Amino acid sequence: MAFINENTNNSAVCSVDQYDMLNVNITADQLIDLVDVLKNKQGFIYLTDICAAHYPEKVGAEFEVIYHLHNLIENQRVRLKVALAESDINIPTLTVHFVGANWMERETFDFYGVNFVGHPDLRRILNMDDMDYHPLRKQYALEDETRTDKNDTFFGR
Amino acid sequence: MVKVVESPEGLEGQGFFATSLDKVIGLARANSIWPLPFATSCCGIEFMATMGANYDLARFGSERLSFTPRQTDLLMVMGTISKKMAPVLKQVYDQMAEPKWVLSVGACACSGGIFDTYSVLQGIDKVIPVDVYVPGCPPRPEQIIEGLMKIQELAKNESLRRRDTDEYAKMLESYNIEQAK
Repeated sequence: MAFINENTNNSAVCSVDQYDMLNVNITADQLIDLVDVLKNKQGFIYLTDICAAHYPEKVGAEFEVIYHLHNLIENQRVRLKVALAESDINIPTLTVHFVGANWMERETFDFYGVNFVGHPDLRRILNMDDMDYHPLRKQYALEDETRTDKNDTFFGR
Repeated sequence: MVKVVESPEGLEGQGFFATSLDKVIGLARANSIWPLPFATSCCGIEFMATMGANYDLARFGSERLSFTPRQTDLLMVMGTISKKMAPVLKQVYDQMAEPKWVLSVGACACSGGIFDTYSVLQGIDKVIPVDVYVPGCPPRPEQIIEGLMKIQELAKNESLRRRDTDEYAKMLESYNIEQAK
């Protein structure tokens, strides 16, 4: 299913196939140019999703921002993965290519704290505005820490 | 054969009927409850079934639903309320005129349900006072109807001065709700 290995025109890119889907691991500064090539020359005009993952055991590459692009005409999908360290969690915004990236990046910022450099309005979108932490990071429990009425022993925790 | 509500006890004569005021007002309020369906998730779908022809809620007097709090008596909260939604719910409750009742339908509205998480409000009674809780996930239409019937009991037997008492004022203060004077 990996139709043309076009990402060899960008240097130092490794691609891995899993479940017949092309995964491309790149760095943050290669992102905008690669998406430019994919969108304008290869026909990946549909941004399906932007999300993130937190791997606290991978010191130096804790956060991974994942982009899914879709070529509607040839029905091909590709996944771009950018690894970021917790100390430098900045990545350029994809709103220059896809307007739909605006809210998706706000959601990724809301839940993981990834900073999208150049985003026009980077603020929380789904959680309460006065929440002061990023809830989907692995160090925070699913349950609300400040709740007072539920006794954990009765709930098997 | 249409079933009509029984009239209260009173003195009847040619062209007049004398009874006590709170019985008449209780009767009127109980049998014409206009609800505001604050339907957020799956319990809202069960409510839609309850309003349909099979389990008809309109025969209890709730024919006219309205999504504006200004013209309704009963706030039916059906569905998961997130913490972001809580101030909105409180504002809707504030805008209703007295006398008003609140029916909390479903496990999520009563206590947060299975969503014991950072984003879900663990029960709407953290922000507004609730009169009747209907548990279930989701409760069947028959159970929602029973909840409404309990609200009808409350409306029928409520003292006319209840909303003016100090106890009521203290209860609203504990929720930080300003009582409109």
